[in-house]
Amino acid sequence: MVAALVALPVVGLFLQAIQGSPGLWQHLATTILPISMVDTIILLLGVGIVSAVIGTTMAWLVTAYSFPGRRTLEWALLLPLAVPTYIIAYAYLDILHPIGPVQSVIRWLLGYSSPREFRLPDVRSMPGCILLLGFVLYPYVYMPTRVMFLTQSANLIDAARTLGISRRAIFWNVALPLARPAVAVGVSLALMETLNDVGASEFLGVRTLTVSIYTTWITRTDLPGASQIALLLLLMVVALVSFERWARRRQRYSATAQRNRGFEPLRVSSPKGLLLLMLGLTPILIGFAGPALYLSTSAWQRIRFAGISSNLLNEAVNTIALAVIATATTIAFGLVVAYANRLRPGAVSSWSYRFATMGYAAPGTVVAIGVLIVLATADRLVDQTAIDWFGVSTGLLFIGSGAALIYAYTMRFLAISAGGIDAGLARIPLSLDQASRLLGQSPAGTLRHIHLPLSKAALTAAGLLVFVDCVKELPATLLLRPLNIETFATHLYGEAARGTYEEASVAALAILLIGMLPVILLSRIGRSDR
Amino acid sequence: MNTHAIATSTFLVASLFLSASAATAAEINIYTTREAGLIQPLLDAFTKSTGTKVNTVFLKDGLAERVATEGASSPADILMAVDAGSLVDLVEKGVTQPVESAVLNAAIPAQLRDPKGNWFALSMRARVLYAAKDLDLKSFNYEELADPKWKGKVCIRAGQHPYNTALFADYIAHYGAAEAEKWLTGVKANLARKAGGGDRDGAKDILGGICDIAIANSYYVGLMRSGKGGPDQVKWGEAIKVILPTFKNGGTQVNISGAAVAKNAPNKAEAVKLLEYLVSDEAQKIYAEANYEYPVKAGAATDPIIASFGQLKIDSKSLTEIVGHRKQASTLVDKVGFDN
Repeated sequence: MVAALVALPVVGLFLQAIQGSPGLWQHLATTILPISMVDTIILLLGVGIVSAVIGTTMAWLVTAYSFPGRRTLEWALLLPLAVPTYIIAYAYLDILHPIGPVQSVIRWLLGYSSPREFRLPDVRSMPGCILLLGFVLYPYVYMPTRVMFLTQSANLIDAARTLGISRRAIFWNVALPLARPAVAVGVSLALMETLNDVGASEFLGVRTLTVSIYTTWITRTDLPGASQIALLLLLMVVALVSFERWARRRQRYSATAQRNRGFEPLRVSSPKGLLLLMLGLTPILIGFAGPALYLSTSAWQRIRFAGISSNLLNEAVNTIALAVIATATTIAFGLVVAYANRLRPGAVSSWSYRFATMGYAAPGTVVAIGVLIVLATADRLVDQTAIDWFGVSTGLLFIGSGAALIYAYTMRFLAISAGGIDAGLARIPLSLDQASRLLGQSPAGTLRHIHLPLSKAALTAAGLLVFVDCVKELPATLLLRPLNIETFATHLYGEAARGTYEEASVAALAILLIGMLPVILLSRIGRSDR
Repeated sequence: MNTHAIATSTFLVASLFLSASAATAAEINIYTTREAGLIQPLLDAFTKSTGTKVNTVFLKDGLAERVATEGASSPADILMAVDAGSLVDLVEKGVTQPVESAVLNAAIPAQLRDPKGNWFALSMRARVLYAAKDLDLKSFNYEELADPKWKGKVCIRAGQHPYNTALFADYIAHYGAAEAEKWLTGVKANLARKAGGGDRDGAKDILGGICDIAIANSYYVGLMRSGKGGPDQVKWGEAIKVILPTFKNGGTQVNISGAAVAKNAPNKAEAVKLLEYLVSDEAQKIYAEANYEYPVKAGAATDPIIASFGQLKIDSKSLTEIVGHRKQASTLVDKVGFDN
């Protein structure tokens, strides 16, 4: 039911797509499709590898080793989450531009006077795009993987250690295989985030399928054609997710029912500890501190130059209110979908699960169009019923109201909550469910007394991701929001569209700050848990 | 948090969800793909003189789809867009209605409005050449962009951007698709970097030594040089000189920002009044001053920064004809791999 509600926009998309667009595929197949397919695949591979490597390494670093600063690293490693892809692209384009600070210093050191004599390769390239996206998307891998490492039973690790296996070998042979579901979920989230990104890849000149969708729709005014490409994209995602699930089809790990103690991190003293700290700081510096510093400087310049816009407070309320409501809805729906999958594992549940989580990978505007179609139908139905029964027209209840936005957010981010919760539930042994049901608990009771308490960490983590994503969300917000309502993201986009980038930096900084709040909150929850 | 704050935020959240259907008689609702802040001074002035409140929502892609799906209940009165092609799209999707207004017809030259009155240009911008300040260059033809002597020296935003497809469509209008393809292949071969970024990046990249010339819109020069974009952009703006390029047998390619009255406008009369206000001398002056655009009304002054480029000679091909070649232009961009 929930899956159906969320899948409706995809159906809407499908209806759009079958309106046909003769000649489009021939044109695409001979020109742009091969290139954008290859580009999309290279980008996905690259971002997948970069985010998996950084995410897993960092998760292991802060779980397996104890060194000065580790506690701070644990939550600080999440900070790049707060940086939207379009912001990191813009920030680094500026920082690394020939007239930007980095190259200016290099030129000064080398004694060149003009960028015409010496400059570094342009960041506007595929490798640039892969690295930048990887450095802001790795927390999607880091977060679930760390939770997985933390809750892995010490027994297995201890057993491995008694067998005289080194830390490194434990990582490769025990911890990593056990954490694989979490890494997989994280990487697939990072990849979906990559797929629905338009801003960064367009900015950095990488032609992905997503960019083709926009071109087909906007420049060639061919919405059916764009919907067809969008569906192709969704197919790729389904294939990706299915492949991953198939690859670990025979693996089912769950913790034993006894309460486990987490394994003891290895104490590392300086100077080696210092080295580990530096290693841990690198992704934070690149993925967060760099852009944050850049934004703070330009925001400060702007505030000195033009003062603070009075709309910021309103926008803050809008942004947070929408994000909070949407997060609550998304988590509730995600729980339903993931739990149904656990209660009645089977083709229907698992397909509805997959279907329901597709919205995440679709470009936001395309999802928004789907949402529009669905809500317009709902509005017409309600309106017609009201006219028939009461003789009053209700007009548009859903479109152009906050409800449309909440629906769109839920639709888009269900993958995060369902995926995270699913991974969390998977760790709880089925024997616990059976015991609880034998003792007379209903499924709902089991959920409340067994699953919820045991998957609290996973729930919180999922909630955090959804919240931050809602705050950053741009395309659907832009298309569906009511008159006179602005959020930080739409404000930022508006300023960027106007070209007043420095004013935009104030809004961008605000997004960063709001995004940091739950990160810090989560770190405190995580601590009191232990 | 005290009770007052709670009450206020509850109210704000509630208003977020209820504001949709609350359109009352004396208000005009604008859906715009042009950032609303740019036209806000104009709307404020209108509200001040007429007492009519104006609500806006800035939508980027999908404005037409939103109005279309909202259907008969749509609260939109006026639809605004920044590209002639987008305005024609609105007409083709059937979300506009024709307007008969002597004031509008008198103020706006015939080639800058729909013959049937479905859309009206409100301001104009030219697709100009930014050149490195020390470059020995006095005049320029769009045709020269494909000249091998500029190899590795040209910067431009993505070929699929509407500003560029409009320019390419103009080229097709002059020489036909086959010639345009040759030209576009030549331009592609001359690019200093991947086509991408924004128009202002052209100036920035010239300052950064990446390229010598760039194609970009005229008003960005005003925004950069005036300091409205902050001190850094002044440097970008000062690093370039601006040349109004022409077609060999024509003039400079211009595009427009414009508006249409929505098909199901709840408030058509007021909407037309607002459009009429936007072409008044007062409003056209604000357009020129606030966003450095060319006014559409004959005789209205341009900003000194823009006027310094010299006399604008608008290209001979009509907007309607150019817009007709737009999809062809977009196909060519893919075909020659302009953005790859």
